[in-house]
Amino acid sequence: MIDLMNVSYDTQIPNNVGLSSDKRVLKALEKWHPGYINWWNDLIPENFQQSLVYLRTAVSVDPKGWAKFDYVKMPEYRWGVLLAPHVEDRKIPCGEHAGQPAWQEVPGEYRNMLKRLIVIQGDTEPASVEQQKFLGRTAPSLYDMRNLFQVNVEEGRHLWAMVYLLHKYFGKDGREEADDLLRRSSGSEEAPRMLGAFNEATPDWLSFFMFTYFTDRDGKMQLESLAQSGFDPLSRTCRFMLTEEAHHMFVGETGVGRIIERTCQVMKENGIEDPYDVDRIRSYGVLDLPTVQKKLNLHYTLSLDLFGQEVSTNAANAFNAGIKGRYMEHRIDDDHKLVNDTYSVCDLEGDAVVRRDVPALTAINMRLRDDYSRDASGGVGRWNKILEKAGVAFELKLPHEAFNRKIGVFANKEFNPEGKLVSGAEYDAGVKNWLPTHADGDYIQSLMVPEYEPGKYAGWIAPPKVGIDNKPGDFEYVKLHMA
Amino acid sequence: MHAGAACQGGALVTKVIDFRTDPSRYRHWRVEYDGDVANLYMDVDENGGLFDGYLLKLNSYDLGVDIELADIVQRMRFEHPEVKVVVMRSGKDRVFCAGANIRMLGGASHAHKVNFCKFTNETRNTFEAAEVDSGQKYICAVKGSCAGGGYELALACNYIMLTDDSTSSVALPEVPLLAVLPGTGGLTRVTDKRKVRRDRADVFCSIEEGVKGKRALDWRLVDEVVPNATFDETVDQRAKEFAAASSKPTGKGIALGPLERTIADDGSVTYSLVEVDVERDSRKVTITLKGPDAPAPSSIEQLHAQGDQSYLLRLARELDDAILHLRLNEAELGLVVFRSQGDPEAVLAHEKLLTDNEGDWLAREILQFWKRVLKRVDVTSRSLVALVEHGSCFAGVLAEILWAVDRSYMMEGEFEGDNRPIATVTLSDVNFGRFPMANDLTRLQTRFLGEPGAVEALKGKIGEPLEAEDANAAGLVTEIFDDIDWDDEIRIFMEERASFSPDAMTAMEANLRFAGPETMETRIFGRLTAWQNWIFQRPNAVGPDGALKRYGSGVRGDYNMERV
Ligand SMILES: [Fe+2]
Ligand SMILES: [Fe+2]
Repeated sequence: MIDLMNVSYDTQIPNNVGLSSDKRVLKALEKWHPGYINWWNDLIPENFQQSLVYLRTAVSVDPKGWAKFDYVKMPEYRWGVLLAPHVEDRKIPCGEHAGQPAWQEVPGEYRNMLKRLIVIQGDTEPASVEQQKFLGRTAPSLYDMRNLFQVNVEEGRHLWAMVYLLHKYFGKDGREEADDLLRRSSGSEEAPRMLGAFNEATPDWLSFFMFTYFTDRDGKMQLESLAQSGFDPLSRTCRFMLTEEAHHMFVGETGVGRIIERTCQVMKENGIEDPYDVDRIRSYGVLDLPTVQKKLNLHYTLSLDLFGQEVSTNAANAFNAGIKGRYMEHRIDDDHKLVNDTYSVCDLEGDAVVRRDVPALTAINMRLRDDYSRDASGGVGRWNKILEKAGVAFELKLPHEAFNRKIGVFANKEFNPEGKLVSGAEYDAGVKNWLPTHADGDYIQSLMVPEYEPGKYAGWIAPPKVGIDNKPGDFEYVKLHMA
Repeated sequence: MHAGAACQGGALVTKVIDFRTDPSRYRHWRVEYDGDVANLYMDVDENGGLFDGYLLKLNSYDLGVDIELADIVQRMRFEHPEVKVVVMRSGKDRVFCAGANIRMLGGASHAHKVNFCKFTNETRNTFEAAEVDSGQKYICAVKGSCAGGGYELALACNYIMLTDDSTSSVALPEVPLLAVLPGTGGLTRVTDKRKVRRDRADVFCSIEEGVKGKRALDWRLVDEVVPNATFDETVDQRAKEFAAASSKPTGKGIALGPLERTIADDGSVTYSLVEVDVERDSRKVTITLKGPDAPAPSSIEQLHAQGDQSYLLRLARELDDAILHLRLNEAELGLVVFRSQGDPEAVLAHEKLLTDNEGDWLAREILQFWKRVLKRVDVTSRSLVALVEHGSCFAGVLAEILWAVDRSYMMEGEFEGDNRPIATVTLSDVNFGRFPMANDLTRLQTRFLGEPGAVEALKGKIGEPLEAEDANAAGLVTEIFDDIDWDDEIRIFMEERASFSPDAMTAMEANLRFAGPETMETRIFGRLTAWQNWIFQRPNAVGPDGALKRYGSGVRGDYNMERV
């Protein structure tokens, strides 16, 4: 364990922000760190705390070699504070200050707006670790367990990154907010996490893969827009977080892909042609494709809600202030101010879903959501390639964005996955085919038995094509501590 | 308020308005001293307007006229403590005073009108309070027409005498004539001070020609109506009677010498005890109050010998001038930062000499003046913040500043490379009643409106230099920050504050500053002023066809008849 009393922050915390000479931040981190370690220890079951996990640790921001792989006990993980390299002469990319030098200090007039954005982002990072805290017990392989923990420690590092910004730039308020990030907890009655999707349970590994594919991708989009921030330290922080986030989505995409691969394999082996022959497919202990589709529907739509209202003044203010940009702002060919531009957003006209033009400034959320949907469709295409290659007649689809929404113009209205407004009765009849039922959950749970032997995989998931850090198939990714 | 048509408004913004004057420079008033009575004549030089474009006809006034009046009232107290009664009269035939100059108002920017009204209100409050504060009673002897701002001058006097010559009247014709309000306390004093029945007040304020003779007395608009033949004689007699009845402590006055100041190119102003540092880019001005530069006088005689050079009087004069200068001449400096540097013990020693000699007229006047300066700070429409830094001297009289401002920040603990004495706040007796605000409560009472016990408890801490944690626990400052946080927190607060809408800030601050009961004074500065300023934005008064613009053209204002 780390000696809490004598943490040498400059040597133990990989950083490129001159921590050792920043007494202000050091003092704040010293106060915050014990609470963080407690949070971590309370969260992850003891035997996993003591296990040696083959993890990558970010030690620099050099694109050629920013990470180091080694066995480490999670509480001793070196959560670093790393910002992407400083770009000389960086300008504020958008809004009314576009073209002015990027802020190196918090501009007083946007302090609260910035703080709120950082707190919201920061709140999601530990939330997902909380949501996934029991999954180690049912890991389908040591490889997957290692991936879970890798995602977890990196979400922990992302929390650090946000806490660093709060400590460094937001004074007393910032320290209080940093403490509150540890006080709130996912699903808690008393102090839940700030965003809905981060209070939902992640009860099984299919959920975990869907979550890392869809919800971490929302995280990616939010980080992409914050990476465009005129507040340079935030931009640099988020740019570096994106390099790690890519791995999380990789875990999600390949996880779902391996499930599909295994299901196809079992269907073929047993001569099952009809993907809807659910009972038979399940009798072989694999996940049927309709259930995979239902889980996809759920996680995609929950993630869409994270983008907020289609038309939003908050988002407009943040963009106009230069606090938050659009996805790939620098590649967009316009004035980056959106004074007279329009953008088409989803709306309801009677029963029909339409798009209508609104001032582009107010449609920042909608635009990011559209970018997200495009981004999310890529992996779905690759999953369908697996099905195609296996010769299974089934196609996974992103549901219509009106389906199953709690936020925005479609909120709490009965749409089917094709985006058609249906009657209550039609909805009740259809929903069991659209969203996972409790029975589906029971079945998935029944498959969740751990496989702790190196090189072995649970029967419902195929092994990965290649190992992490190019390790061989029987590599012991986690040396379990069996107390 | 009172009046208006059109002059070149442009002139109003470029000229620096200087509030410093002295009798040798008066153009509009003269004073004749007659023992314990002073006769004050308003005799406005119509060519003596502060700006071009209007003539000050019929004893109408502009800011320049009022600056002289304020100077007279101030000197009356310090240079002429022997005066017990001041008789305000007109130096012109057939007119007492026509009120604020309408062409001046018609041409003035909104901001100038508002600041003009505020200053005239403060001046009226000052001579109105002179009777209670100093035992100087103001009699208004009205001969000729006394309309609008003229009657408001009279209303602020302690005793109004009207000649019964069958033409002289008192009037508030603003509403029918100009579509604005009698906003220099007029409406409020009619109801709250003179306690005129509301329906009669309604009648009175709706008729141009006003009320004269016996009816003016019956309606309590004046205190005495006197036959014209014996008017002057009766006024003199009343003055003598009032003077004889007064127990005001008197003595030999002190001279209020010229107030020295230098204004740098960037607008920063330096006085002997007050530094005004302008940071135009951040729309901020820092006012540093220096602690005593000499030991406290050893006796009351020595205080008199020091006269206008004594510490608190000099500080008060300089701060007063600085505030007025910023209000009228530096409209864009929206954030005023108060700091102090000096020895808190020395501040308390100077204060003690004054409070130990309550019976001495000068000691009393200095404390009363400080009360007025603090009130001036209270109603200053800028965001006010105090920084209690190491080496500061917010003790007793100066500590009052901390509760006049909107927020205060205090240094906590040692700061690297800073060897000034650690920041403290020290309470003294004066914080518990000597300096009431417009709401008639002390600043501490107002601050702790919801926990009156807290004020009682604070009395136990009198004389104890409270460091940051204690001051914070006692609720005396808004926030305390240590070395690590100080610079950033202060910078961010100031940047944020400077970014807000100045209108919203002015309105919010004015609403938050005066918690608690309403008084005539708060009603004038709050209700009456707010309504007047609303009217000053409305086309019915100030639009191209509004009454102020059309005044004098023979054509009435063209009103939009929609009720808002
Ligand atoms: Fe993350
Ligand atoms: Fe992530």
